[in-house]
Amino acid sequence: MSKLEINHLSISFGSQKILDDITFTAEEGEFISILGPSGSGKSTLFNLIGGILIPDEGSILLDGKEITGKRGSISYMPQSHALMPWRTILDNVLLGQEIAGKRDEKKALEMLGKAGLKGYEKHYPHELSGGMKQRVSFIRSLLSPQSLICLDEPFSALDEFTRFEMQNWLLSVWQQYKRTILFITHNIDEALYLSDRILVLSNKPASVQKEFIVPFKRPRTEEMLYSAEFLKWKQDIYREIKQYSL
Amino acid sequence: MKTLVEKGWRPTLVLVLLFIIWEFSVKILEIEQWLLPAPSQIFNELIHGTDVYLEHLWPTIQLCIIGLAIGCTVGIVTGIILHIVPFLRQAFYPILIISQNIPTIVLAPLLVIWFGFGMLPKIFVIILVCFFPITISLLDGFRQSDRDVMNYMKMAGATKQQIFWKLEWPNALPSLFSGIKISATYSVMGAVISEWLGASKGIGVYMQLSQSSFRTDRVFVAIILIVILSLLLLGLIMLLEKKMIRWRPKEGKSHE
Repeated sequence: MSKLEINHLSISFGSQKILDDITFTAEEGEFISILGPSGSGKSTLFNLIGGILIPDEGSILLDGKEITGKRGSISYMPQSHALMPWRTILDNVLLGQEIAGKRDEKKALEMLGKAGLKGYEKHYPHELSGGMKQRVSFIRSLLSPQSLICLDEPFSALDEFTRFEMQNWLLSVWQQYKRTILFITHNIDEALYLSDRILVLSNKPASVQKEFIVPFKRPRTEEMLYSAEFLKWKQDIYREIKQYSL
Repeated sequence: MKTLVEKGWRPTLVLVLLFIIWEFSVKILEIEQWLLPAPSQIFNELIHGTDVYLEHLWPTIQLCIIGLAIGCTVGIVTGIILHIVPFLRQAFYPILIISQNIPTIVLAPLLVIWFGFGMLPKIFVIILVCFFPITISLLDGFRQSDRDVMNYMKMAGATKQQIFWKLEWPNALPSLFSGIKISATYSVMGAVISEWLGASKGIGVYMQLSQSSFRTDRVFVAIILIVILSLLLLGLIMLLEKKMIRWRPKEGKSHE
């Protein structure tokens, strides 16, 4: 049984079809990137999995149970850090647990420490840098009781250097805690560097156009980014995207 | 304290200059006292006339504080109800906005007819002028909740109550306080105006008595008292705001 099963999902807003017959599965502990041009309905897909929107057709199964239109099954991290400015860092990362009804401060403190945020527990978000805020936001997702994490272009607002640092950090944390991650991005390098599998979405209406299984071994290293094989893969994916957008 | 001096010396200088020009103009042009008293006369009355106006001060302060407190409560409760019941918001929001075109003063005579000359109609006037800015600013604050945090909470399975208390309410606090600050100054105005309509004591009464006896210096004293009272109320609310909002509200709509 797969962790997550998306079956023939379709949705339209008015007369415009946004998602068309999307089908894929995700295994336990898998890192899947969803790659597609901006505005291709990737975020709509997350809203469907998160239960905020109800699909016109199709179903979503998590651990074999149907969660179509049900909330509370995933932990979501948007492009903006979405932290509450009036909460301290510690209270911010505990939000997901609070919603579920239990606070585990010890674990939160431990994870903040491991993320290099020791000493910032009592600070407010505006006192932190962009990269630090993203870390806090991701720790909030990790601490939430939900086992499926959906990241919506989490690093696209960061500068190049911080982004690379954050990608490495994300990989190391993910390898420690092994959660199933769906990662939306429009950056081919990022998708190749991070994920086990890449789903390329077509543009308007979006459907799964092609699936790539990333062959690179873990742990991934910086050298991999400069290898000829990496470039070849990048080219293949780029061609695939271009072919459809023309 | 240093910034207060740094920022404050320019307006202070302007005020002092204005008073000096005023003082000399009155002296040189020999303007009658009942027409325009010199600043020195007004300050003299402010310091030495305490036994005349002190008894009028307390009823007005009382009126302001009670009226503002009830006005805030009514404003906040109305705001919350209109926020959580969309039907009521759609029904009442436009009426509320339009109702603000009625000057409250014209309602005052009606209130006197219905409730007499006691405390009640006066407090009613203050509530009427206070609650509107509070309700509107609160509704505004609720509406400006961050969409991304909202989505995060919804997907995590937060109930409506949780979204309200953990997101919308704290998010609306800075906006609520700007509303209360506007209301505080309105409340002093409301108190004085309602006293004009009929009262035995109060700054409004003191003002009318001074006017009818051509004690223009006392009219100015009344104005000074009203300004001081407004500023004190404002200071009190800003103190409360500082206590309740320790984080720095984000500026504008940006995320960084």
